[in-house]
Amino acid sequence: MSSTATPYAAQAHARAQAGTRVEAMPTVPASAAVNLPLGVAAADVVWDETIAPGGYASRQIARGSRLRLTDLAGDACVSLLIFNAERPIERLNIADTLKVQWNGYLGQGRLLLSDMGRVLASIVDDEAGTHDAFCGASNQASNARKYGDGFNHGAHPNARDRFSLGVAKFGLGRKDIHPCLNLFKEVRVGQGGETVIDVGPYPPGRSLTLRAEMDLIVVLANCPHVLDPREAYAVTPVRAAAWRGPVTPEQDPIRNATPEGLRAFLNVEDYFSR
Amino acid sequence: MAFDPPPLGAVVHNEVVAARAPWLHAVKAGQTLRIVDLEGNQAVDFLVYSAADDAERYSAQDTIAAQKNIFLREGSVLLSNEGRPMMTVTATAVAYHDTIGGACSCESNTLRYGHHTKAQHACVENFLVANAVQGRGKRDMVSNVNWFMNVPVEADGTLGIVDGISAPGLYVDLRAEMDVVVVVSNCPQINNPCNGFNPTPVRMIIAQ
Repeated sequence: MSSTATPYAAQAHARAQAGTRVEAMPTVPASAAVNLPLGVAAADVVWDETIAPGGYASRQIARGSRLRLTDLAGDACVSLLIFNAERPIERLNIADTLKVQWNGYLGQGRLLLSDMGRVLASIVDDEAGTHDAFCGASNQASNARKYGDGFNHGAHPNARDRFSLGVAKFGLGRKDIHPCLNLFKEVRVGQGGETVIDVGPYPPGRSLTLRAEMDLIVVLANCPHVLDPREAYAVTPVRAAAWRGPVTPEQDPIRNATPEGLRAFLNVEDYFSR
Repeated sequence: MAFDPPPLGAVVHNEVVAARAPWLHAVKAGQTLRIVDLEGNQAVDFLVYSAADDAERYSAQDTIAAQKNIFLREGSVLLSNEGRPMMTVTATAVAYHDTIGGACSCESNTLRYGHHTKAQHACVENFLVANAVQGRGKRDMVSNVNWFMNVPVEADGTLGIVDGISAPGLYVDLRAEMDVVVVVSNCPQINNPCNGFNPTPVRMIIAQ
């Protein structure tokens, strides 16, 4: 008789799987996370998850929390959506993020701005400096062209369809998939407007840390960059770790770095004056 | 880059959009929409939705990635968020147009210029008003095209809206590759050079 022929046997078979460890999985409870950044207490960790190549995750994190994304093996490409968790109709606005800060290249000290003139998150630490705000998510068509298919149920998922699932878990849909940021893969703009991509190889372990300036929903898709020139579906796991932290104080240097950014923080503080 | 506008087919719609005003119109596959910058350097903020399924809409990022260039020029194809061609720039008398600068809003104006600008009219207001007629709302706001607007990017990533490179009478022709709905804000911004600090009317011509 097979080991799953009866409900009793199937139950025992299912329960015997517990405790299995794989590379891409969440740490639950998050306070059991290991290899934390210096100074972070395990008790303060609220999310720890390794996202597979081609995988995705979506999560709510509180104002003041830090979210560290680590490119574990040097070939991750994290496409990122951000919403105000309290009122998700407010979301990351890439055009405003670049225009208001007078710069197209995001890195340490830069702000991620919403479409309501507020800071959703600050980049408080960036060991990579190789990101892309121009090219957006891969989609079914682009992955089908490059890899033969791009289905969620296949071997080459595309970032847009990963986003569809990530936002669906929060009751959001296709119309809510806004223009995204691509982290860890660099795109620069040449003198004639041409996009210049650099997919590495990069050293393993580079990380980027965001500070949530509002309560956020973050949606991450870890798929090859839409302009990745390699034939293979090349992408490696990314670790997401978040921990509790204080709300940004008035004297914070990032808050005060530019007049435009300061007004974005003032608008956040105005939003929370209730 | 064609300086003189090419001949159009039979005109089915011809309208002057007032300075600062919104505009919405359907354009059928195969038809051409000509936008004429009547008085010069007037930014025309522009979104386009699939008429059959408005969750499919213009995607600046898909368009940039596919053509590997941030500027829209003659020959550029406006792609949807599903990677499908929506419209093609068949002719334009302006060297390039912008699609990274986005639309001005009351809220972003407070960051860019100060809270004294919050009550000024803005492109997002126009987009919201025009889209509301067809049941669309704020989730339908995505990165747009800015016809006749100039946003260069320097080597260190510095970018900004600078003096325009358009002139009175210059145009852009867009052939619809699918049935679409075009939504425009004739930009009311007065705090930067996108409209030469003086918003002016533009002409919209739809031809077979």
